[in-house]
Amino acid sequence: MRRRESFKDLQGEKQTFTARAIFAGLTCLLLSIVLVVRLVNLQIINHDYYSTRADDNRMRITPVPPVRGLIYDRNGTLLAENRPAFVLEVTPEQAGNLDAALKSLEPVIALTPKDIDRFKDRVRKSPRYRGVPVRSNLSMEEVARYEINRHDFRGIDVTAGLTRNYPMGASASHVVGYVGGITEDELKDLDPREYQGLIQIGKVGVEKSQEDLLRGTPGAKIIEANAYGRPLRELDYRQGAPGKNLYLSLDARVQSVAETALGNLDGAVVAIDPRNGEVIALVSKPGFDPQLFVEGVDPTTYKALNNDPDRPLFNRALQGTYPPGSTVKPAMALAGLEFNVVTPDHREFCKGEYMLPGSSRKYRCWKRTGHGWLDLAGGVAHSCDVYFYALANSLGVDRIYQAMSGFGLGRPTGVDLPLEKGGLLPSREWKRRVRKENWYPGETLNIGIGQGYMTATPIQLAQMAARIAMRGGGFRPHVVHATEDALTKEMKVVVPEALPPIEMQNPANWDAVVAAMEQVAQVPGGTAYKIGKDAPYRIAAKTGTAQVAGMAQDEAKARDQSTIPERLRDHALFIAFAPADDPKIAVGVLAEHGGHGASVAAPIARQVMDMYLLGEVRYRGEAPPGAPPLANSTPAPAAAATNDDDDANAR
Amino acid sequence: MLTTARRHDKPEPSLADSLERWHVDLWLLLLLVAVGTIGLVVLYSASGHSLPQVISQAQRWVIGLIVMTAVAQAPPEVYRAVAPWLYGATVVLLVLTLAIGAVAKGAQRWLDLGIVRFQPSEMMKLAMPMAVAAFLHARNLPPRIFTIAVTLVMIGLPTALIAKQPDLGTALLVVAAGMFALFFAGFGWHWILGALGAIGAAAPLVWSKMHDYQRQRILTLLDPESDPLGAGYHITQSKIAIGSGGLFGKGWLNGTQAKLEFLPESHTDFIFAVYSEEFGLLGILLLLIIYLAIVARGLFIAARAQDTFQRLLAASLAMTFFIYVFINMGMVIGLLPVVGVPLPLVSYGGTSVVSLLTGFGMLMSVQTHRKLLSS
Repeated sequence: MRRRESFKDLQGEKQTFTARAIFAGLTCLLLSIVLVVRLVNLQIINHDYYSTRADDNRMRITPVPPVRGLIYDRNGTLLAENRPAFVLEVTPEQAGNLDAALKSLEPVIALTPKDIDRFKDRVRKSPRYRGVPVRSNLSMEEVARYEINRHDFRGIDVTAGLTRNYPMGASASHVVGYVGGITEDELKDLDPREYQGLIQIGKVGVEKSQEDLLRGTPGAKIIEANAYGRPLRELDYRQGAPGKNLYLSLDARVQSVAETALGNLDGAVVAIDPRNGEVIALVSKPGFDPQLFVEGVDPTTYKALNNDPDRPLFNRALQGTYPPGSTVKPAMALAGLEFNVVTPDHREFCKGEYMLPGSSRKYRCWKRTGHGWLDLAGGVAHSCDVYFYALANSLGVDRIYQAMSGFGLGRPTGVDLPLEKGGLLPSREWKRRVRKENWYPGETLNIGIGQGYMTATPIQLAQMAARIAMRGGGFRPHVVHATEDALTKEMKVVVPEALPPIEMQNPANWDAVVAAMEQVAQVPGGTAYKIGKDAPYRIAAKTGTAQVAGMAQDEAKARDQSTIPERLRDHALFIAFAPADDPKIAVGVLAEHGGHGASVAAPIARQVMDMYLLGEVRYRGEAPPGAPPLANSTPAPAAAATNDDDDANAR
Repeated sequence: MLTTARRHDKPEPSLADSLERWHVDLWLLLLLVAVGTIGLVVLYSASGHSLPQVISQAQRWVIGLIVMTAVAQAPPEVYRAVAPWLYGATVVLLVLTLAIGAVAKGAQRWLDLGIVRFQPSEMMKLAMPMAVAAFLHARNLPPRIFTIAVTLVMIGLPTALIAKQPDLGTALLVVAAGMFALFFAGFGWHWILGALGAIGAAAPLVWSKMHDYQRQRILTLLDPESDPLGAGYHITQSKIAIGSGGLFGKGWLNGTQAKLEFLPESHTDFIFAVYSEEFGLLGILLLLIIYLAIVARGLFIAARAQDTFQRLLAASLAMTFFIYVFINMGMVIGLLPVVGVPLPLVSYGGTSVVSLLTGFGMLMSVQTHRKLLSS
């Protein structure tokens, strides 16, 4: 080995090296070309693809929620608004120890254990860099205290946002409704694009039925965010549109009078302008505070509301179905005239009871002693049950169904509010289908006086009055009078939807029945004379008293209503329109367990009509229990009259 | 730098000549400083505008350049003499590292000597070509089978120790350094082709003997995008960065992938992706040309070297430098598996800069200590 070293072939070695160095250099060049080819592929050929992916990486679309439309009454009184609200937020990433942070807030902003639990729950579900609300609706005082001590709080912020506010509180709660957090179920049905950035949705009332108008269109901010989703800067802004403001046909003053007039009775009042179908007042008592739901009602309160025997969340005006009682008599009279079963002069003798030919079962009039001879107008004015038993018997169930259907009973009026019920207008077919029984003639007598299977909602009663007031004409009831563009202030009035007219072969029939309804309120002995006698306008009306099921008729008759437990007392009903010769308002009133329609429901309707037609309440009658006493109030007549009907045996 | 120290006592001495007297090669210096400048500029962007990081890297450059100049002062013979000792000591340190080294990021690479922590594997990048060159210098070339066998053992032992840490990237570079020395010594083509053939033939056999999870690992290594959230995330984001850069790039500090932290390791192993995003294909071509010029200068110095040791050492250092560049770029653009090799002289990290510049110091020593051949 050593020998060989001495003979190292330096020249050959150098040649080999040079060759290999050249080879190595070329290889470097070749490999570099491979790199460049690959780079050309990435940077030139697929440049657009990778550019898009780079943008997708960094751009986040952050929705900008639209400002919800305001709701006004017909006079511009605010019913629903957006109020700036201060929200206390803690950003976990900056705040560090959360317990310590919350503790440091103690002297400044009051927090309940419930607030803290809710906050901790939210912290778990939210990224650490994002502010998590601890409490909303801070008072100005709390905000001020926070601002003074601001430097002490790291990662604790007070931010300003908008929250829904209902200045009228419970007053119009059933019409206006409220907004609340979007639930899982609601989320499935809505278009997520329309709700970007929104966490609330209309739940009931106009807030729900006009959700699409009120909501507006969300805008969007295009935000640059890093790999951890932290927003860094705004790249672009896409303009959204605020929701439309709504002017309701509701008159807050009339609404308020109706509420006050109901006193502490549960019930409903609906007032409609028959000339266009606009709803002037729609009251369901008791109401509730819609503000509770905006904040997110806590389970205890919600349970209490749901279990309240007075059912404050239940909209009686649209969802409550009650036997309409004698309030159907004017429509029955019109049916009798239309089918030539009676004429205005047709007389019946009321001896206090009625028997079907060939039957010994007695159907009693509310007046046990009988009304004697009565013509059609007298039957209506005195609400004689016997007259309408006979009329119903002559008409038969099929023609009654046909006629009452025309007045809108048995199906929803189609008012622009959610969850309306249709009541029940029974028919042979209905009974066969649902009850699997044949129709009995006695049942026809019961529906002739608005009892038996028949039920209707207060808005249907008001609408029935409106249709009679318009002599068969009329419009679909609606609460939205106009929409207003929030930016341009451009108003668009909702065009009332005319309903197909109720045809009468002889238009004089309308006059006959309207005249009869006027007698109810204008002629001594009429069941509503008490409220009509001193009215500065002519009222056409009909009283009604509907017996609550489950009480033997004789027992109910025998006792003074005031001595019966409240839940078993009769429902008081009333329909009216005024002025009778030029109708501007039609009213339906229901007072649950109120007793007699004449004594309880009629004065409520009178006050509502006063307010709307005269701008003040001139009525000086008695006040219903719980309502502020009216001046000159007189003691209630012992039995102010009405129908008291219904045959317990027929049920 | 050193240019300021020049004296003008002689009429028109060229800059290159003056520097050569200080044993500094002008071309290498210029090219290295060019790469270093690019590196610092990109680092500022890649580190998220971190001036402290840039300053710290610049300080390492200053240290590196001082070390380089110092190394260049000694004649190559010194390194030939030191080579076996350095090699031996480094092997011992590697063994120690495996035994008592500090674990970082799942690998045992660091040796804590009380005052300093350093990576013996980094030292082996220099010790290896020096030792192999020195060994072959003493043998007849082209090498016979015994020489080759000894050389392969010399290469294999530290490589195995480094691979065990595990540090695949460094092991690869150490192997390359040794093998290049052997290659330039005239390692027979038939051996090279034979070895490649044998590996090719053995691969399917080894594959069939492997467990599923082992195969999965290799597949992920070869095709990282099959695991888009794990290993593939790096490469996917890196390709997005490079591809979105286009021909001209988005401009300095305008790259979004690194700034918004989509690109992991953006200032170390994946800094090339940041550069590509901001300076585009044209910027890459410039950088690549500078790198190739450094390699070319290294090979040129090797070709002019005056003995076998110097020649093999210089050529091996130059080629290892290229492999360094190629593996990093190849991995960042998705051509090669992700093995954790930084972009030389650009990626953030001090040891690498200093050890690379030490190597270039040796190249300069080879270049500037040439004796005039009298005959």
